[in-house]
Amino acid sequence: MLIELNEVSHVYQDENNVKALKNINLEISRGEFIGIVGHTGSGKSTLVQLFNGLIIPSSGTVKVNGKNITNEKSNLKETRRHVGLVFQYPEHQLFEETVYQDIAFGPKNLGLKKDEIRERVEEVMGLVGLDYEEFKDRSPFNLSGGQQRKVAIAGVLALKPEVLVLDEPSAGLDPQGRKQLAELLKYLYQELNITVILISHRMEEIAELASRVIVMHQGEIVIDDNPIEVFSREQKLHKLSLDLPQITEILHRLEERGLKVNTNLFSISEASAEIIKALRSH
Amino acid sequence: MLKDITIGQYIARDSIIHALDARIKIMITTILIIALFTIDTFTGFGFFAAFVLVVVLLSKISVKKVLKGLKPILILVLFTLFIHIFLTKGGEVLWSWRFISIESEGVYTGFFMVSRIFILILFTSLLTLTTSPLQLTDGIEYILSPLKRFGVPASELSMMMTIALRFIPTLLEEADKIMKAQQARGADFESGNLIQRAKSLIPLLVPLFISAFRRADDLALAMESRCYRGGEGRTRLHELEFRYYDFIALIIIIILAVAVSFY
Repeated sequence: MLIELNEVSHVYQDENNVKALKNINLEISRGEFIGIVGHTGSGKSTLVQLFNGLIIPSSGTVKVNGKNITNEKSNLKETRRHVGLVFQYPEHQLFEETVYQDIAFGPKNLGLKKDEIRERVEEVMGLVGLDYEEFKDRSPFNLSGGQQRKVAIAGVLALKPEVLVLDEPSAGLDPQGRKQLAELLKYLYQELNITVILISHRMEEIAELASRVIVMHQGEIVIDDNPIEVFSREQKLHKLSLDLPQITEILHRLEERGLKVNTNLFSISEASAEIIKALRSH
Repeated sequence: MLKDITIGQYIARDSIIHALDARIKIMITTILIIALFTIDTFTGFGFFAAFVLVVVLLSKISVKKVLKGLKPILILVLFTLFIHIFLTKGGEVLWSWRFISIESEGVYTGFFMVSRIFILILFTSLLTLTTSPLQLTDGIEYILSPLKRFGVPASELSMMMTIALRFIPTLLEEADKIMKAQQARGADFESGNLIQRAKSLIPLLVPLFISAFRRADDLALAMESRCYRGGEGRTRLHELEFRYYDFIALIIIIILAVAVSFY
């Protein structure tokens, strides 16, 4: 088991004492693509920060690769190498003078040799779609927002994590940027066998990419299932003030009005074929 | 770690101390600071500390919370104490070892200074704890306004203070976030010698400054698009207003201060 959470609760120690997580039990195995959805304040961000020991839970245990990371402090650096975390608006953490140096920050902290660092930087820049020669010496602060985000994601990928966790990585990107990001995640998951955990408000993204969907509400996991099952529970999702993917929503509404369609479809091409088929046989 | 910083923190309560006019509170604090420096006996300090305690109780803020504000200055206080104990000479020799000696005068002055600093910090922190930043800056602007004649930009100064106070928690939160993000990339803020630690702050400070500038830019734009044009002729939503109990408080304080000074 890659990541294992056992009876985990977390309370933020400040004047509000918010109970962010309540009795979470969760197992994540290698090779999954997990989508985490939930309303603002449902505990998603707190949950993913447990995976690499940035937050130590108030109670319960977190195991990564079989090792308990909740009490031994010394090994957290090792854990963080295995579990890469891309925060919201990751471009806000850029600080180096050149794109190359910024991406090299992680590998340098791992103590890698110079040529190995160079190799990695070149590789991850290729992955996120930034031309190495063109961008390596440019200042990250002179790039567009979308390019900055690519640099920041490359900076985490350069750690070569087994698990990549992304917190709202598509927020504020234009449609093209979102598409490129979705393709990158698909590639990492399918070709490089990286386990991906994706937090997103965009149900379309989750439905298209994830193999398993976790729905959170007020610090608890309320649904944990495959996307087809999750998105068939329309009523429940609406009650948690979550939306269906737009495509699925349309299919559900058509079905409500008496058109016999399969509502478990998430892509435009599948859905349009299904609607045409249904109309023909009508 | 960063969340422990409580500078300028305001705790809203429904109390008589909170209800006092900000200008009166600033005046009272000034008067009492002056009075505090005229005290030269421990009895005076005891009296003063009792008074501070009464104010804390009236403010309905927990004593623990107020005392927590002393934590950041503890090092300064201990430093003062040791300097006095070891370096101030006079009176009986209490203890000596080669060239180091502790004399009674030193111990006395040391504790005297420490009591003074403690009471000073406690009392001034009560001002910010019980007065919202907005009221506080309004009060400062009012008190500084006679200086406008001599070209002191009182309202601009108070606006700057308001903004600075308002953004302390925001920037702390931001710093916390950036720190975590860099730790996720293997950054280490906790180990190493002094130089290594200072160096390790660069990945935190650069993004923090950039974000502060970005926020400043956004704020300036937002203010301009709502036609902010400096302090002259601006009116307020909540005007400061003197009420009878403000004057009562001021009179009580003046009597107390005079009594303490001549005691």
